[in-house]
Amino acid sequence: MEKSGSIDSLGSKRSSSRQPSVDSLSSASTSRSDRSAQAKPPSAMSSDSVATSTELSPELRVRPKAPAKVLRDSSKEEPQLLPNEIVQDMAKDVTYICPFIGPLRGTLTVTNYRLFFNCIDRDPAFVLDLPLGVVSRVEKIGGASSRGDVSYGLVCKDMRNLRFAHKQMDDTLRKSIFEVLMKFAFPVSNGLQIFSFEYGQVFPENGWKVYDALTEYKRQGIPNESWRITKVNDHYELCDTYPSTLVVPVNIPDEELKRVAAFRAKGRIPVLSWIHPESQATVTRCSQPMVGVNGKRSKEDEKYLQAIMDANAQSHKLFIFDARPSVNAAANKMKGGGYESEDAYQNAELVFLDIHNIHVMRESLRKLKDVVYPNIEESHWLSNLESTHWLEHIKLILAGALRIADKVESGKTSVVVHCSDGWDRTAQLTSLAMLMLDGYYRTIRGFEVLLEKEWLSFGHRFQLRIGHGDKNHTDADRSPVFIQFIDCVWQMTRQFPAAFEFNEYFLVTILDHLYSCLFGTFLCNSEQQRVKEEIPKKTVSLWSYINSQLEEFTNPLYVNYSNHVLFPVVSLRHLELWVGYYIRWNPRMRPQEPVHQRYKELLAKRAELQKRVEELQREVTNRSASSSSERAGSPTRSITPVQTFV
Amino acid sequence: MLSLGSGGGKSAKPSFVSYVTPEEINSEKDTPKEEKHPDLLPGEVVFCSASTVLKLTQDELSQRGTFGTLLCTNFRVSFISDEETGEETAPLFKNKLYGENDIPLSCVDNIYGGYEDKRKLVTGSQVKNKYPSKIIIHCKDLRVFQFALTFCKEEDAKRIFQGIVHHCLEPKSLKNIFAFSFCENTAFPEMQMQQRTMMFDSAEDWAQDLKRTKGSCRLVTENANFGLSPNLPQYFIVPESVSEADMTLFQGKGLPIWCWSHHSGCALFKTSNLPLQQEDNVPQSYMEKMLTAVAHNYLYSVKTEDLSDTLPTVQDIQLSYSKFKQFFFIDSTTDFWVSDMKWFSSLDNCGWLDIIRQCLQKAMEVVECLEKENNNVLIMEDGGSDLCCVISSLAQLMLDSYYRTLQGFQSLVQKEWVAGGHNFLDRCNQLHLKDKENVSPVFLLFLECVWQLLQQYGPAFQFSETYLTVLSDSIHVPVFSTFLFNSQHHRASILRQADSSHSQRGTLNCPTVWDWSVQFDCKAQQLFINPLYAEKPKLDKSMRRPHRPKHQRQLSLPSATFKTPPKKGFFKDETDSLKKILRVKRISRWMLSPDSPQPSSTSREFYEAWQRKPLDYHGLLLPCLDGPAVRIWMQRYLRWIQEVQIFGGGLVTVLSKVSDLLDEVQELQRQLDRHSSSLTSNHQRPRPRPISAETDSRLSVLLSSSFPFTTLKNNWSYKPAIPTGLLQSLMNSGNLADTEDDDQESLVRA
Repeated sequence: MEKSGSIDSLGSKRSSSRQPSVDSLSSASTSRSDRSAQAKPPSAMSSDSVATSTELSPELRVRPKAPAKVLRDSSKEEPQLLPNEIVQDMAKDVTYICPFIGPLRGTLTVTNYRLFFNCIDRDPAFVLDLPLGVVSRVEKIGGASSRGDVSYGLVCKDMRNLRFAHKQMDDTLRKSIFEVLMKFAFPVSNGLQIFSFEYGQVFPENGWKVYDALTEYKRQGIPNESWRITKVNDHYELCDTYPSTLVVPVNIPDEELKRVAAFRAKGRIPVLSWIHPESQATVTRCSQPMVGVNGKRSKEDEKYLQAIMDANAQSHKLFIFDARPSVNAAANKMKGGGYESEDAYQNAELVFLDIHNIHVMRESLRKLKDVVYPNIEESHWLSNLESTHWLEHIKLILAGALRIADKVESGKTSVVVHCSDGWDRTAQLTSLAMLMLDGYYRTIRGFEVLLEKEWLSFGHRFQLRIGHGDKNHTDADRSPVFIQFIDCVWQMTRQFPAAFEFNEYFLVTILDHLYSCLFGTFLCNSEQQRVKEEIPKKTVSLWSYINSQLEEFTNPLYVNYSNHVLFPVVSLRHLELWVGYYIRWNPRMRPQEPVHQRYKELLAKRAELQKRVEELQREVTNRSASSSSERAGSPTRSITPVQTFV
Repeated sequence: MLSLGSGGGKSAKPSFVSYVTPEEINSEKDTPKEEKHPDLLPGEVVFCSASTVLKLTQDELSQRGTFGTLLCTNFRVSFISDEETGEETAPLFKNKLYGENDIPLSCVDNIYGGYEDKRKLVTGSQVKNKYPSKIIIHCKDLRVFQFALTFCKEEDAKRIFQGIVHHCLEPKSLKNIFAFSFCENTAFPEMQMQQRTMMFDSAEDWAQDLKRTKGSCRLVTENANFGLSPNLPQYFIVPESVSEADMTLFQGKGLPIWCWSHHSGCALFKTSNLPLQQEDNVPQSYMEKMLTAVAHNYLYSVKTEDLSDTLPTVQDIQLSYSKFKQFFFIDSTTDFWVSDMKWFSSLDNCGWLDIIRQCLQKAMEVVECLEKENNNVLIMEDGGSDLCCVISSLAQLMLDSYYRTLQGFQSLVQKEWVAGGHNFLDRCNQLHLKDKENVSPVFLLFLECVWQLLQQYGPAFQFSETYLTVLSDSIHVPVFSTFLFNSQHHRASILRQADSSHSQRGTLNCPTVWDWSVQFDCKAQQLFINPLYAEKPKLDKSMRRPHRPKHQRQLSLPSATFKTPPKKGFFKDETDSLKKILRVKRISRWMLSPDSPQPSSTSREFYEAWQRKPLDYHGLLLPCLDGPAVRIWMQRYLRWIQEVQIFGGGLVTVLSKVSDLLDEVQELQRQLDRHSSSLTSNHQRPRPRPISAETDSRLSVLLSSSFPFTTLKNNWSYKPAIPTGLLQSLMNSGNLADTEDDDQESLVRA
């Protein structure tokens, strides 16, 4: 009888356990994490967002007052200011011409950090909040119209354009608010300081401590019998775009490193990025050899590469991956550069990965923006997407990294990776290959370390590529190399949804603060510059902000299978446009994370049930101890409310 | 082997390569293998067979193949490997009717003969004495098989080739379809699942559905023996005011058949168009009468939509799909990477996704009429059983969450497609007729549209993607009565004939496809359930609409746009000028609205207004149709392609985690029940073992994205698919490509 009773309840409970809890969905905790799942621009970047809730828990005051939580008070016309943020100008009756809603009239505020547009005569109120760092260019559109309106267009670095209009100033002496905006959007061009240096927020975590080169190399088992840590670049004398801590083969003395540096572009000698914990196969990175038209050779460089190969006993071969198309590599000879000839480098095999240069990438992203903003054309969407070549570039980069990872993992062979200077494509390739090979980099902290190491310390020129605070928007040095890398990471998280500790919101947050100029992390071009500018002392690290509220950025489905190498599928059939980043401004693209949501609901339910089972067990124990009682009804009743957990 | 051995050996050309040298063959042949037979199904007969056939692996680089026996039976083409297949790799998701090396005859899409270095489409058994060195079979479930005949006896090779071609390509009569010999020899227990799937072959089912939706129409039972018209279903529902005489007037054509009632009272009807160009006025006045009858159903309103005018024809659908499917028949790795280059534009050009989008769009328009304007809707089409079925069932899926449950969905297919008289036999060409005019994957198109909804709103559906994929495969397993007939009348007459010839056995009892136990065991059937499904909370009404801030759309339109502008020609409003409009024979939305710039602009507003509201998975669902939102049904189309399998990845890794967690929650629930019952009975039971879900979840790491359709890899090590031919990149990057990365001076000056 007892048995049949349990079977009955089995059936009925089974169905009830599938029910989503209505309560949980409206609870504050879920809604908060949902916001993160929506990949809404964090924080300050939440454009087109409406301040709906007025949640301002005390805990958030202690927490980073940073961006995210700033805009909760919709009754005010002004933004809640960050520490040291000062209102510079304010204009009423400004029209924001929203491509999705239509014109909106409201108040525009410009501070030294942000643009804040607020339209309160609608329900719910409309708020546009955008860090000025995102602005790439400001242009006055046309002259004053017949109605006396002047119109301004803001081209943004994050895939949108904004358009405003306001009445011509009666007082001609008074500057338009957009002129004020221009001053603070481009502080570098106007002799002002970037806001990062003024932002004084204190976070519980110190992100500048996340990466320590020696600790990271120690994690990899370096130094060991084949590799040593050299101090030769302590004062950035060997190479001013490299970090001070370098790992080189044991048997190459510092003196010889200098001669190798003379043969490598910008002195960027091959140094170790990653070593396989078992096979000792390594990923090393460098710049192109200065071969030139005459096919110059360097005995030291050849010996050096031989030493890299010899450090790995498993293989008698070395692969050199040149990220460029072979045509471009050859063309570089005219300028003194080039590639390793297989005659000079015995046992080395050279492979070109056909990845195009920064100018091609910039153009591709520009085309992509045309296709997705503000509206997407339904017909021929795929052909239009193809014509931007954006995903094709992503494919080539991922394919290159895959080949590197495959050689190291399956072939147990060491690889040398370079492009021309070794700070753009090379950084993409080595960091992606390391992400495939080493599960540590797939954790939140590990990924921060990866960025600090392969991108920041090895001199990816963020200042030039992004153009922080610089009004020169046509600068040919600008290029979305880093965005492309993050896109590749996102593609991998799509293919391996349980292999990464971080979620999509984490990646979007990194990209948003790549431009925001709120944190010091992406300022300057090299470690040397950052040391000179005392960035860690004067600014806040993005990782301080992120690591202070990790749960926002954590993937609930993460399974730590760190020992596994991930080989993504690089076919276009499995690559897709990152809608959650590139098309997030379009309200028709509803962000979706049903899996995460469902998983969190189930986790909560499990916790609830576990608690209840324990309680019951305790009760059972107590009862059998006291062996009294006849209150049979109560436990049954305690089951019923299961549907309305948390 | 005698005559073609040399041919196979010498051809070093890429398209046909013998991967085995003659020496190897000899060694293989040293051990004479006796012919093997598969485990035949009841009623299955082997027609012919050939041994020493080499089944080639897709991957040309691996240079591997398996020797075995190739057979052709009245059910399938089957390959039985000589190698002892390791029993340890018993597939998790095994189909009981056919294995991974079996091709049901109806599942064969095309057969190619490989001659030396050429490949030729085989069109019929005009092949006399010639036979190719290689048979390539493309299946309708997108598998590709390659069998080399080079090493078998000449007469065997000839016989098996001709046998396969004959049985797969030659027209046959319905009686020769395997289902009939299978069912004669099998006793199927009364389907258990049937209890909850409504078959709509009885008046009760119709009455129940009408009652469920609170419709107020008239159930017609007079056609139970097809006395009214063979073109009409046995049972159907019409507007109240339709008389019996109306039903027989045009053999059921023009008769509005009820599909579904909205809670407001308005309803969706479908009909087939009346024959054109009648001299007298009878059809017109008849049509007027019918429209009036529909209009009377609720508030005297009716909107009509002729799908023949506004959607692609069945021929368009067939043409587009036949282009589309070719992208998934991958013969070699090189093929794969070459086609990868132009992947997106190829997809775009075949138009398949666009047809899916158009159907969803049209269904959304129907939904708008019902939901927003509370108008009766009459959709019509020449035959009344193709796009009408697609659109009416899609609209019902969007409007009614019952149809998003597994049983509800099956009932919907029964109602709209099987009882609704979709010509499955002709559309699926189960008889291999040469005249392909009637062939069209209309039902598959419907499943594609359902998949789009499923991937956009996972938690709204009780069934999984795997369920839909398996259902799409089952169309071509010639066992199920569901897909074998053109109408209920057709079915009844065939079964009656069959019965009379086998009267001793009583009624032929073909299983329906919904009897999933015919194909899969219970464990495999678990994969049909979507772990994300959020079951409808059984709460009181006040709690019905959960407020979810997440889906609160953050934008809202200025209040002016809430008022819908008067529609121009969109879904003809028949109320005012019924007569005038009826003079126009074809009522097309586009014909009358040349000024509407984008067809979707009105329903865009409807969608956006809906999107601003909190999403209720048990309420109305509208698909997003913007470019990136309409996708390829990856599981169905990419599952067999080695190059795109993500090992240790894919959605399955997280879905299986959710499933595991769900099991855990259920187990806890059970524990809880046990404890409470032990409390009640006041004696302690042994504590149940904690379930193993934790350890199982690690396994998910070892699955591939093609799960459950490809077998598990034993270990993690495999070769990643590295693109070949990167150099052929078709990008034309112009001058920028030649610019040096950091050569900004020259660029700026230029």
